[in-house]
Amino acid sequence: MDLSYSPEELAFRDEVRSFLRDELPKELSDKVRSGAELGKADIERWHAILNARGWFAQNWPKEFGGAAWNAVQRHIFEEEAAMADAPRIVPFGLSMLAPVLQKFGSKAQQDHYLPRILNGDDWWCQGYSEPGAGSDLASLKTRAVREGDHYIVNGQKTWTTLGQHANMIFCLVRTDPDVKQQAGISFLLIDMDTPGIEVRPIILLDGTPEVNEVFFKDVKVPVENLVGEENKGWTYAKYLLTHERTNIAGVGFSRAGLDTLKRIARIEMSGGRPLIENPHFAARLAKVEIDLMAMATTNLRIISQAAGGAAPGVESSMLKVKGTIIRQEINDLTRRAVGPYAMPFPSETLEGNNDPVGPDYAGPQSAQYFNNRKLSIFGGSNEIQRGIIAKVKMGG
Amino acid sequence: MDFNLTDERQMLQDSLRRYLADKYTTKVRNEILESETGMSGAIWTGLADLGVIGALFTEAQGGFGGAGFDITTVFEELGRAGVVEPMLDSAILGGRLIAALGDDAQQALLGDVIGGTLHLAFAHGEPTSRYDLSRVQATAVQNGDDIVLNGRKAVVANAEAAGYLIVSARESGAADDVDGISLFLVPADSAGLTLRGYPLFAGGRAAEVSFDDLHLPSSTRLGAAGAAYPAIAAAVAAANVALAAEALGAMETATELTRSYLMTRQQFGRPIGTFQALQHRYSDMLIELEQARSAVINAAGHLERDAQQRDLQIAAARNLIGRSARLVAEESIQMHGGIAMTQEYELAHIAKRIVMTDHRFGDTDYHLERFIALSAA
Ligand SMILES: Cc1cc2nc3c(=O)[nH]c(=O)nc-3n(C[C@H](O)[C@H](O)[C@H](O)COP(=O)(O)OP(=O)(O)OC[C@H]3O[C@@H](n4cnc5c(N)ncnc54)[C@H](O)[C@@H]3O)c2cc1C
Repeated sequence: MDLSYSPEELAFRDEVRSFLRDELPKELSDKVRSGAELGKADIERWHAILNARGWFAQNWPKEFGGAAWNAVQRHIFEEEAAMADAPRIVPFGLSMLAPVLQKFGSKAQQDHYLPRILNGDDWWCQGYSEPGAGSDLASLKTRAVREGDHYIVNGQKTWTTLGQHANMIFCLVRTDPDVKQQAGISFLLIDMDTPGIEVRPIILLDGTPEVNEVFFKDVKVPVENLVGEENKGWTYAKYLLTHERTNIAGVGFSRAGLDTLKRIARIEMSGGRPLIENPHFAARLAKVEIDLMAMATTNLRIISQAAGGAAPGVESSMLKVKGTIIRQEINDLTRRAVGPYAMPFPSETLEGNNDPVGPDYAGPQSAQYFNNRKLSIFGGSNEIQRGIIAKVKMGG
Repeated sequence: MDFNLTDERQMLQDSLRRYLADKYTTKVRNEILESETGMSGAIWTGLADLGVIGALFTEAQGGFGGAGFDITTVFEELGRAGVVEPMLDSAILGGRLIAALGDDAQQALLGDVIGGTLHLAFAHGEPTSRYDLSRVQATAVQNGDDIVLNGRKAVVANAEAAGYLIVSARESGAADDVDGISLFLVPADSAGLTLRGYPLFAGGRAAEVSFDDLHLPSSTRLGAAGAAYPAIAAAVAAANVALAAEALGAMETATELTRSYLMTRQQFGRPIGTFQALQHRYSDMLIELEQARSAVINAAGHLERDAQQRDLQIAAARNLIGRSARLVAEESIQMHGGIAMTQEYELAHIAKRIVMTDHRFGDTDYHLERFIALSAA
């Protein structure tokens, strides 16, 4: 048992810290810290900075130009980056699609798409969910029918995160309606500029256009855009879901959130004293911090197993549930901490053309509280995760 | 013991529920949310014509109600429909302060409030006062026959629509003394009054308000100099009863939306409401809802009692509802899945109304502390 990082890991952390100190543009970290919306250009800029250093494709094998970091290295980076208010890396191409292409894609697909992901030439979005297929993803209905050299795709995807920025979408589509649901699904790569595709924004409850509906009407997709074999898409989708799970606990986000919360609670006054000295508030803060300390160690325990080659199983479901509960609790406390200034809707100030209403940290807190209700809904809802845990443990 | 509404209140509830179901549809409400003024003049007039505002005032004040249970009857319905119009500000806060302290000329304004032609706003909270009711740093200085106001007020709901702002300012004492606070009826067009308006997260509008050497005749003072605090506390007590009832109504809608969604949304070939994991959580929501209903009744039934009993019950109600309403809002969203995260869907607005009540006149923890202090007294 040794709770400290090895000398190599510490050296790596120092390297990450100095990189973030030197290379993370202040405009970007200011935006992240203040909760402002990051535009496409902001995200692409950060991706490019990471790529220049060879640290964008952290989990890719060396042969594909990746950094081939182990799980502990990735964890260190994620934590340091969150604490430095670095923008989140958008995962769809980089850590969702790429591992699937690396394992199941054709040589031509690998040669074409992987460098484009590294260079930021393509922005990918994820076309899994449909109006009728959420938790029950295998019931998806978007249909692809083979006609000569093409598939003709008809149907609808929804909740497509940042689809408004995307030029490419990877989709699960039904290619065989007559077999067991899971056995009739294929994995298709679709160019969003193809005629017959329409993207409509969905405004979330905090007012942000974060997700979209994507409609397909007689969309022609070349057969070479099929990944792997026809009707094997479910296997690839499951591989994708289980592959990228090191950051599922979001420890770095929680640490950064807790820091912000404490900073706010030292400034806000309650009954003539700083809020952080208020016994009820302090007790709530302490509880969530205690939970986070334990979860950080759970996370490291699981990650170091993974670094030793063991595949994380139910543990990642546990981390998803606990990690999202902790993040949501921190959001809730931060909303409360700002008091009446949680009420203004920060529409103008978020766009940066006006002074904030109240203290600058107050504006985004209600929006973040509501927006992060998504954490326990997507990526396999917390109910689905609990179901997985029980099923694995009780062999149901 | 009788837990039924009187016939009059039952009629009020029925007609208000029918009116809102008919006129305050999700579509209409979403248009109101997007509008410049953040409220609908037609709806406001409609509510006045229906007697909804009058129900919040006593006969002596020109209304036909004004008791705690009149407030809860009205606000439960407003909460059920997610109404964003400023009933709390114009009728409860503004109306009660004028009714409690105003001279004859000032009281005459109540007719316009009840008729729906005059809006009011209570400009009391300051940038650093948080929920402390007696923390007033804005100043009022007597200068001959004039009063000169200076200071800033934070998140003043309905300030832009108000014909008069009811402004608290200190005439004597230290920053958080109970004594020394006065109220002034400040016309919206006064020189030296600046509003910076903005929309609120859960609908409606508010403003940051500042007074720079704002001169008023001393006849604009409401009541005696430095003696406004008991009236402020009473008006805020009524506002807390209203907020609790509004949250209760919103919780009813959230649980009902959740119930019907659980019964209709199919995943894995069956309604998600057939999963026991969700059934139990839905049941917990209903249990909390009934707790909340009782807490509202307790608070409303004590609104006319002495300040100590009144405030204890109100602190209890707002603490309990702060907890149960958060549970209902969050669980409703969770059990809906993605659909509840969309601005268009009714539940999103209802959940925002619920959570944002936690930021007016004290959050759940504030009311817990109040309860501890008052029950030790
Ligand atoms: C902000 C946001 C971004 C998203 N981004 C994307 C994206 O980029 N691409 C994409 O493809 N999808 C995306 N999603 C979709 C997300 O994956 C789905 O919302 C999720 O799978 C849940 O599906 P649903 O919303 O249809 O809810 P449902 O599956 O209808 O679930 C409703 C409720 O029922 C519960 N439930 C369902 N089945 C069971 C069961 N068997 N036992 C107990 N409880 C159950 C759920 O946990 C939930 O509480 C996003 C969603 C959100 C909110």
